[in-house]
Amino acid sequence: MAGRAVFAGLIFATALGAGWALAQERTAAAGRVPKPALAQAKGDKCVDPTDFMRRNHMQVLLHHRDRTMHEGIRTPQHSLKGCVECHAGPQSGTVVGGSDDFCQSCHAYAAVSIDCFECHAARPRQARAGARKP
Amino acid sequence: MKPVDPTRRQFLAAAGGAVSILTLAPGVLLLAPAHGRAPDQPVTGKVRWGLLIDTTKCAAGCADCVAACNRENGLSGGTRPTDPQWIRKVELKDRRPGRQASLPMMCQHCAQPPCVDVCPTGASFKRADGIVLVDKHICIGCRYCMMACPYKARSLVHEPVTGQSPDVPRGKGTVESCTFCVQRVDRGETPACVEACAAARHGAMVFGDLNDPASEIARRLAAYPSTRVRADLALDPGVRYQGI
Ligand code: SF4
Repeated sequence: MAGRAVFAGLIFATALGAGWALAQERTAAAGRVPKPALAQAKGDKCVDPTDFMRRNHMQVLLHHRDRTMHEGIRTPQHSLKGCVECHAGPQSGTVVGGSDDFCQSCHAYAAVSIDCFECHAARPRQARAGARKP
Repeated sequence: MKPVDPTRRQFLAAAGGAVSILTLAPGVLLLAPAHGRAPDQPVTGKVRWGLLIDTTKCAAGCADCVAACNRENGLSGGTRPTDPQWIRKVELKDRRPGRQASLPMMCQHCAQPPCVDVCPTGASFKRADGIVLVDKHICIGCRYCMMACPYKARSLVHEPVTGQSPDVPRGKGTVESCTFCVQRVDRGETPACVEACAAARHGAMVFGDLNDPASEIARRLAAYPSTRVRADLALDPGVRYQGI
Protein backbone atom coordinates (compact mmCIF):
# COMPACT_ATOMS: atom_id res chain seq x y z
CA MET A 1 0.00 0.00 0.00
CA ALA A 2 2.71 2.40 1.15
CA GLY A 3 4.78 1.50 -1.91
CA ARG A 4 1.91 2.38 -4.16
CA ALA A 5 1.43 5.76 -2.44
CA VAL A 6 5.09 6.54 -2.85
CA PHE A 7 4.90 5.51 -6.49
CA ALA A 8 1.90 7.77 -7.07
CA GLY A 9 3.67 10.59 -5.31
CA LEU A 10 6.68 10.07 -7.49
CA ILE A 11 4.59 10.23 -10.65
CA PHE A 12 2.90 13.37 -9.39
CA ALA A 13 6.21 15.01 -8.64
CA THR A 14 7.58 14.02 -12.01
CA ALA A 15 4.53 15.40 -13.77
CA LEU A 16 4.82 18.61 -11.78
CA GLY A 17 8.47 18.88 -12.63
CA ALA A 18 7.82 18.26 -16.31
CA GLY A 19 5.06 20.85 -16.31
CA TRP A 20 7.34 23.37 -14.69
CA ALA A 21 10.12 22.64 -17.14
CA LEU A 22 7.67 23.04 -20.04
CA ALA A 23 6.46 26.35 -18.68
CA GLN A 24 10.06 27.53 -18.33
CA GLU A 25 10.81 26.47 -21.87
CA ARG A 26 7.73 28.31 -23.18
CA THR A 27 8.72 31.55 -21.55
CA ALA A 28 12.23 31.16 -22.79
CA ALA A 29 11.14 30.44 -26.35
CA ALA A 30 8.31 32.97 -26.51
CA GLY A 31 10.41 35.33 -28.53
CA ARG A 32 11.56 32.76 -31.06
CA VAL A 33 8.41 30.83 -31.89
CA PRO A 34 6.32 32.63 -34.46
CA LYS A 35 2.74 33.01 -33.30
CA PRO A 36 -0.22 33.74 -35.56
CA ALA A 37 -0.96 37.45 -35.44
CA LEU A 38 -4.68 37.72 -35.03
CA ALA A 39 -6.41 40.98 -35.76
CA GLN A 40 -8.96 42.07 -33.16
CA ALA A 41 -12.49 40.96 -34.07
CA LYS A 42 -15.32 43.44 -34.25
CA GLY A 43 -17.72 41.99 -31.67
CA ASP A 44 -16.99 41.72 -27.92
CA LYS A 45 -17.06 37.95 -27.90
CA CYS A 46 -17.30 34.96 -30.20
CA VAL A 47 -20.50 32.91 -30.59
CA ASP A 48 -18.74 30.17 -28.59
CA PRO A 49 -15.78 30.10 -26.18
CA THR A 50 -12.47 30.65 -27.96
CA ASP A 51 -10.99 27.33 -26.81
CA PHE A 52 -13.94 25.46 -28.24
CA MET A 53 -13.89 27.39 -31.50
CA ARG A 54 -10.15 26.88 -31.96
CA ARG A 55 -10.55 23.14 -32.01
CA ASN A 56 -14.04 22.74 -33.42
CA HIS A 57 -14.83 25.59 -35.79
CA MET A 58 -14.56 23.28 -38.79
CA GLN A 59 -17.17 20.85 -37.47
CA VAL A 60 -19.41 23.69 -36.42
CA LEU A 61 -19.19 25.29 -39.86
CA LEU A 62 -19.73 21.97 -41.61
CA HIS A 63 -22.87 21.31 -39.62
CA HIS A 64 -24.25 24.77 -40.23
CA ARG A 65 -23.45 24.69 -43.93
CA ASP A 66 -25.56 21.56 -44.42
CA ARG A 67 -28.42 23.08 -42.46
CA THR A 68 -28.25 26.24 -44.57
CA MET A 69 -27.83 24.52 -47.91
CA HIS A 70 -30.44 21.82 -47.49
CA GLU A 71 -32.88 23.22 -44.97
CA GLY A 72 -32.69 26.93 -45.61
CA ILE A 73 -31.73 27.77 -42.03
CA ARG A 74 -29.78 31.00 -42.17
CA THR A 75 -29.40 31.88 -38.52
CA PRO A 76 -26.33 34.01 -37.78
CA GLN A 77 -24.96 31.64 -35.10
CA HIS A 78 -22.17 29.56 -36.73
CA SER A 79 -22.68 30.99 -40.19
CA LEU A 80 -19.50 31.55 -42.19
CA LYS A 81 -20.91 34.89 -43.27
CA GLY A 82 -21.14 35.85 -39.59
CA CYS A 83 -17.52 34.80 -38.96
CA VAL A 84 -16.33 36.92 -41.87
CA GLU A 85 -18.36 39.93 -40.80
CA CYS A 86 -16.78 39.92 -37.36
CA HIS A 87 -13.24 38.80 -38.15
CA ALA A 88 -12.44 40.71 -41.33
CA GLY A 89 -9.29 42.69 -40.68
CA PRO A 90 -9.88 46.32 -39.72
CA GLN A 91 -7.41 47.48 -42.36
CA SER A 92 -7.55 44.79 -45.02
CA GLY A 93 -11.32 44.21 -44.70
CA THR A 94 -10.84 40.50 -45.36
CA VAL A 95 -10.12 37.25 -43.49
CA VAL A 96 -7.62 35.88 -46.01
CA GLY A 97 -5.05 37.43 -48.27
CA GLY A 98 -2.54 38.96 -45.87
CA SER A 99 -0.47 37.26 -43.17
CA ASP A 100 -2.35 39.24 -40.47
CA ASP A 101 -5.78 38.26 -41.68
CA PHE A 102 -7.72 36.17 -39.22
CA CYS A 103 -8.25 32.88 -41.03
CA GLN A 104 -5.06 32.98 -43.02
CA SER A 105 -2.65 33.77 -40.17
CA CYS A 106 -3.76 30.76 -38.14
CA HIS A 107 -4.06 28.42 -41.09
CA ALA A 108 -0.59 29.38 -42.28
CA TYR A 109 0.71 28.77 -38.76
CA ALA A 110 -0.93 25.35 -38.57
CA ALA A 111 -0.05 24.54 -42.21
CA VAL A 112 -3.65 23.69 -43.07
CA SER A 113 -4.90 24.77 -46.46
CA ILE A 114 -8.14 26.71 -46.47
CA ASP A 115 -10.54 26.25 -49.35
CA CYS A 116 -13.66 28.06 -48.14
CA PHE A 117 -12.77 31.32 -49.84
CA GLU A 118 -12.29 29.86 -53.29
CA CYS A 119 -16.08 30.20 -53.46
CA HIS A 120 -17.20 32.15 -50.38
CA ALA A 121 -16.71 35.87 -50.06
CA ALA A 122 -13.85 36.67 -47.71
CA ARG A 123 -15.12 40.21 -47.17
CA PRO A 124 -18.33 41.38 -45.55
CA ARG A 125 -20.79 42.95 -47.93
CA GLN A 126 -20.28 46.56 -46.80
CA ALA A 127 -16.56 46.40 -47.38
CA ARG A 128 -16.80 45.21 -50.97
CA ALA A 129 -15.67 47.86 -53.40
CA GLY A 130 -18.60 49.18 -55.41
CA ALA A 131 -21.06 46.91 -53.63
CA ARG A 132 -24.68 47.92 -53.58
CA LYS A 133 -26.38 48.25 -50.22
CA PRO A 134 -28.28 45.05 -49.47
CA MET B 1 -57.33 40.25 -68.73
CA LYS B 2 -58.30 43.12 -66.48
CA PRO B 3 -55.40 45.54 -66.08
CA VAL B 4 -54.16 45.69 -62.53
CA ASP B 5 -54.38 49.04 -60.84
CA PRO B 6 -50.72 50.08 -60.42
CA THR B 7 -51.21 51.32 -56.88
CA ARG B 8 -52.61 47.93 -55.94
CA ARG B 9 -49.66 46.25 -57.63
CA GLN B 10 -47.24 48.34 -55.62
CA PHE B 11 -49.10 47.48 -52.51
CA LEU B 12 -48.92 43.78 -53.31
CA ALA B 13 -45.21 44.06 -54.10
CA ALA B 14 -44.61 45.79 -50.80
CA ALA B 15 -46.65 43.21 -48.95
CA GLY B 16 -44.82 40.37 -50.71
CA GLY B 17 -41.47 41.42 -49.34
CA ALA B 18 -42.76 42.44 -45.98
CA VAL B 19 -42.16 40.93 -42.63
CA SER B 20 -45.29 40.42 -40.65
CA ILE B 21 -45.14 41.06 -36.97
CA LEU B 22 -47.36 38.92 -34.83
CA THR B 23 -48.05 39.94 -31.28
CA LEU B 24 -48.07 36.79 -29.17
CA ALA B 25 -48.48 38.44 -25.83
CA PRO B 26 -48.04 42.02 -24.74
CA GLY B 27 -44.40 42.87 -25.27
CA VAL B 28 -43.63 39.61 -27.11
CA LEU B 29 -43.27 39.95 -30.86
CA LEU B 30 -42.71 37.19 -33.34
CA LEU B 31 -41.05 38.31 -36.53
CA ALA B 32 -42.17 36.00 -39.31
CA PRO B 33 -41.08 36.48 -42.92
CA ALA B 34 -43.76 36.23 -45.60
CA HIS B 35 -43.14 32.50 -46.16
CA GLY B 36 -44.33 31.92 -42.59
CA ARG B 37 -41.26 30.01 -41.41
CA ALA B 38 -39.19 30.98 -38.41
CA PRO B 39 -35.52 31.50 -39.34
CA ASP B 40 -34.40 28.48 -37.33
CA GLN B 41 -37.00 26.12 -38.80
CA PRO B 42 -36.19 23.92 -41.82
CA VAL B 43 -38.09 24.34 -45.08
CA THR B 44 -40.98 21.95 -45.52
CA GLY B 45 -42.98 20.48 -48.37
CA LYS B 46 -46.00 22.52 -47.35
CA VAL B 47 -44.76 25.24 -49.67
CA ARG B 48 -43.87 24.70 -53.32
CA TRP B 49 -42.33 27.74 -54.90
CA GLY B 50 -43.32 28.46 -58.48
CA LEU B 51 -42.95 31.16 -61.09
CA LEU B 52 -45.49 32.19 -63.68
CA ILE B 53 -44.28 34.09 -66.74
CA ASP B 54 -46.81 35.94 -68.84
CA THR B 55 -45.11 36.10 -72.24
CA THR B 56 -47.69 38.57 -73.56
CA LYS B 57 -46.19 41.15 -71.21
CA CYS B 58 -42.57 40.17 -71.80
CA ALA B 59 -41.08 42.52 -74.39
CA ALA B 60 -38.63 41.35 -77.04
CA GLY B 61 -35.27 42.92 -76.35
CA CYS B 62 -35.98 43.55 -72.67
CA ALA B 63 -33.47 41.82 -70.44
CA ASP B 64 -34.18 43.51 -67.11
CA CYS B 65 -34.63 40.15 -65.42
CA VAL B 66 -31.32 38.86 -66.74
CA ALA B 67 -29.49 41.99 -65.58
CA ALA B 68 -31.05 41.76 -62.12
CA CYS B 69 -30.10 38.08 -61.88
CA ASN B 70 -26.51 38.82 -62.86
CA ARG B 71 -26.29 41.61 -60.31
CA GLU B 72 -27.81 39.63 -57.44
CA ASN B 73 -25.82 36.49 -58.06
CA GLY B 74 -22.55 38.05 -59.15
CA LEU B 75 -22.51 36.68 -62.71
CA SER B 76 -20.34 38.42 -65.27
CA GLY B 77 -23.18 38.80 -67.77
CA GLY B 78 -21.00 37.34 -70.51
CA THR B 79 -22.65 35.14 -73.12
CA ARG B 80 -19.73 33.09 -74.40
CA PRO B 81 -20.34 29.33 -74.32
CA THR B 82 -18.19 29.14 -71.18
CA ASP B 83 -19.87 31.99 -69.31
CA PRO B 84 -22.40 30.90 -66.69
CA GLN B 85 -25.89 32.11 -67.54
CA TRP B 86 -28.75 31.53 -65.13
CA ILE B 87 -31.44 33.18 -67.27
CA ARG B 88 -31.50 33.43 -71.04
CA LYS B 89 -33.96 35.46 -73.07
CA VAL B 90 -35.47 33.28 -75.80
CA GLU B 91 -37.31 34.67 -78.83
CA LEU B 92 -39.96 32.40 -80.36
CA LYS B 93 -41.48 32.81 -83.79
CA ASP B 94 -44.37 30.95 -85.26
CA ARG B 95 -43.38 31.28 -88.94
CA ARG B 96 -46.73 30.99 -90.69
CA PRO B 97 -48.78 33.59 -88.86
CA GLY B 98 -45.57 35.39 -87.89
CA ARG B 99 -46.49 35.58 -84.22
CA GLN B 100 -43.53 36.31 -82.01
CA ALA B 101 -43.02 35.83 -78.32
CA SER B 102 -40.15 36.54 -76.01
CA LEU B 103 -39.54 34.81 -72.71
CA PRO B 104 -36.94 34.25 -70.02
CA MET B 105 -35.78 30.65 -69.68
CA MET B 106 -34.11 29.39 -66.57
CA CYS B 107 -34.05 26.35 -64.29
CA GLN B 108 -37.65 25.14 -64.28
CA HIS B 109 -37.40 23.74 -60.74
CA CYS B 110 -38.99 20.43 -61.72
CA ALA B 111 -40.82 18.28 -59.21
CA GLN B 112 -39.09 15.31 -60.91
CA PRO B 113 -35.73 16.85 -61.75
CA PRO B 114 -33.58 14.75 -64.12
CA CYS B 115 -30.46 16.57 -62.89
CA VAL B 116 -31.06 15.09 -59.46
CA ASP B 117 -31.64 11.60 -60.90
CA VAL B 118 -28.33 11.52 -62.73
CA CYS B 119 -26.04 13.26 -60.24
CA PRO B 120 -23.50 10.67 -59.07
CA THR B 121 -22.60 12.48 -55.85
CA GLY B 122 -25.91 13.74 -54.52
CA ALA B 123 -24.85 17.34 -55.08
CA SER B 124 -27.83 18.13 -57.27
CA PHE B 125 -30.86 18.07 -55.02
CA LYS B 126 -34.36 19.37 -54.58
CA ARG B 127 -35.10 21.29 -51.41
CA ALA B 128 -38.30 20.36 -49.59
CA ASP B 129 -39.98 23.51 -50.87
CA GLY B 130 -39.32 22.55 -54.50
CA ILE B 131 -36.23 24.65 -55.22
CA VAL B 132 -33.64 22.66 -57.18
CA LEU B 133 -30.08 23.46 -56.15
CA VAL B 134 -26.49 22.28 -56.45
CA ASP B 135 -24.63 21.69 -53.22
CA LYS B 136 -21.30 22.93 -54.50
CA HIS B 137 -19.47 21.45 -51.54
CA ILE B 138 -20.24 18.04 -53.02
CA CYS B 139 -20.30 18.77 -56.77
CA ILE B 140 -17.35 17.30 -58.66
CA GLY B 141 -18.10 19.20 -61.86
CA CYS B 142 -18.82 16.10 -63.93
CA ARG B 143 -21.62 17.90 -65.79
CA TYR B 144 -23.96 14.91 -66.06
CA CYS B 145 -26.72 17.19 -64.84
CA MET B 146 -26.05 19.63 -67.67
CA MET B 147 -26.52 16.76 -70.12
CA ALA B 148 -29.69 15.61 -68.44
CA CYS B 149 -31.42 18.97 -68.23
CA PRO B 150 -33.83 19.41 -71.13
CA TYR B 151 -33.94 23.18 -70.55
CA LYS B 152 -30.19 23.77 -70.86
CA ALA B 153 -30.46 25.57 -67.56
CA ARG B 154 -27.15 24.67 -65.95
CA SER B 155 -23.69 26.12 -66.45
CA LEU B 156 -20.27 25.00 -65.34
CA VAL B 157 -18.04 27.67 -63.86
CA HIS B 158 -14.96 27.44 -66.09
CA GLU B 159 -12.87 30.22 -64.68
CA PRO B 160 -11.82 31.34 -61.19
CA VAL B 161 -14.37 33.64 -59.60
CA THR B 162 -13.57 36.63 -57.41
CA GLY B 163 -15.70 39.22 -55.67
CA GLN B 164 -18.59 36.88 -54.90
CA SER B 165 -21.61 38.11 -52.99
CA PRO B 166 -21.52 36.86 -49.38
CA ASP B 167 -24.92 35.30 -50.00
CA VAL B 168 -24.03 33.58 -53.26
CA PRO B 169 -20.83 31.53 -53.07
CA ARG B 170 -19.61 30.54 -56.54
CA GLY B 171 -16.45 28.81 -57.63
CA LYS B 172 -14.59 27.25 -60.48
CA GLY B 173 -15.28 23.61 -61.29
CA THR B 174 -18.81 23.43 -59.97
CA VAL B 175 -22.13 23.52 -61.78
CA GLU B 176 -24.74 26.16 -61.03
CA SER B 177 -28.11 27.39 -62.19
CA CYS B 178 -31.03 29.57 -61.14
CA THR B 179 -31.75 29.13 -57.44
CA PHE B 180 -34.96 31.18 -57.41
CA CYS B 181 -32.64 33.51 -55.43
CA VAL B 182 -32.98 31.15 -52.50
CA GLN B 183 -31.15 33.62 -50.22
CA ARG B 184 -33.88 36.18 -50.91
CA VAL B 185 -36.73 33.68 -50.69
CA ASP B 186 -35.48 32.62 -47.25
CA ARG B 187 -35.68 36.26 -46.21
CA GLY B 188 -39.27 36.44 -47.41
CA GLU B 189 -38.48 38.32 -50.64
CA THR B 190 -39.12 37.42 -54.26
CA PRO B 191 -36.34 36.47 -56.71
CA ALA B 192 -34.33 39.39 -58.13
CA CYS B 193 -35.72 38.87 -61.66
CA VAL B 194 -39.30 39.07 -60.43
CA GLU B 195 -38.58 42.20 -58.46
CA ALA B 196 -36.85 43.86 -61.44
CA CYS B 197 -39.68 42.94 -63.80
CA ALA B 198 -42.22 44.46 -61.41
CA ALA B 199 -40.07 47.54 -60.75
CA ALA B 200 -39.84 48.20 -64.48
CA ARG B 201 -43.64 47.95 -64.67
CA HIS B 202 -43.64 44.96 -67.01
CA GLY B 203 -45.37 42.73 -64.49
CA ALA B 204 -44.64 39.64 -66.57
CA MET B 205 -43.53 37.48 -63.63
CA VAL B 206 -45.43 36.23 -60.61
CA PHE B 207 -43.62 34.30 -57.91
CA GLY B 208 -45.38 32.44 -55.16
CA ASP B 209 -46.50 29.26 -53.46
CA LEU B 210 -48.15 26.83 -55.88
CA ASN B 211 -49.56 24.88 -52.94
CA ASP B 212 -51.44 27.83 -51.48
CA PRO B 213 -54.74 28.22 -53.36
CA ALA B 214 -55.00 31.82 -52.15
CA SER B 215 -51.63 32.91 -53.60
CA GLU B 216 -51.68 35.08 -56.70
CA ILE B 217 -49.82 32.51 -58.76
CA ALA B 218 -52.19 29.70 -57.83
CA ARG B 219 -55.24 31.86 -58.56
CA ARG B 220 -53.86 32.87 -61.95
CA LEU B 221 -52.99 29.31 -62.86
CA ALA B 222 -56.51 28.24 -61.86
CA ALA B 223 -58.14 30.99 -63.89
CA TYR B 224 -56.12 31.13 -67.12
CA PRO B 225 -54.47 28.55 -69.36
CA SER B 226 -50.74 28.06 -68.91
CA THR B 227 -48.01 25.91 -70.42
CA ARG B 228 -45.32 23.70 -68.97
CA VAL B 229 -42.39 23.70 -71.38
CA ARG B 230 -41.74 20.14 -72.62
CA ALA B 231 -44.79 18.93 -70.75
CA ASP B 232 -44.33 15.62 -72.62
CA LEU B 233 -41.42 14.82 -70.30
CA ALA B 234 -43.77 14.93 -67.28
CA LEU B 235 -41.18 16.65 -65.06
CA ASP B 236 -43.80 18.94 -63.52
CA PRO B 237 -41.78 22.14 -63.68
CA GLY B 238 -42.39 24.88 -61.13
CA VAL B 239 -42.01 27.54 -63.83
CA ARG B 240 -45.09 28.01 -66.01
CA TYR B 241 -45.67 30.19 -69.05
CA GLN B 242 -48.72 31.96 -70.42
CA GLY B 243 -49.21 33.05 -74.01
CA ILE B 244 -47.05 30.50 -75.78
S1 SF4 C 1 -21.84 18.44 -62.18
FE1 SF4 C 1 -22.09 18.40 -59.93
S2 SF4 C 1 -24.33 18.60 -59.61
FE2 SF4 C 1 -24.02 18.06 -61.77
S3 SF4 C 1 -24.22 15.81 -61.85
FE3 SF4 C 1 -22.00 16.25 -61.60
S4 SF4 C 1 -21.65 16.25 -59.37
FE4 SF4 C 1 -23.88 16.39 -59.68
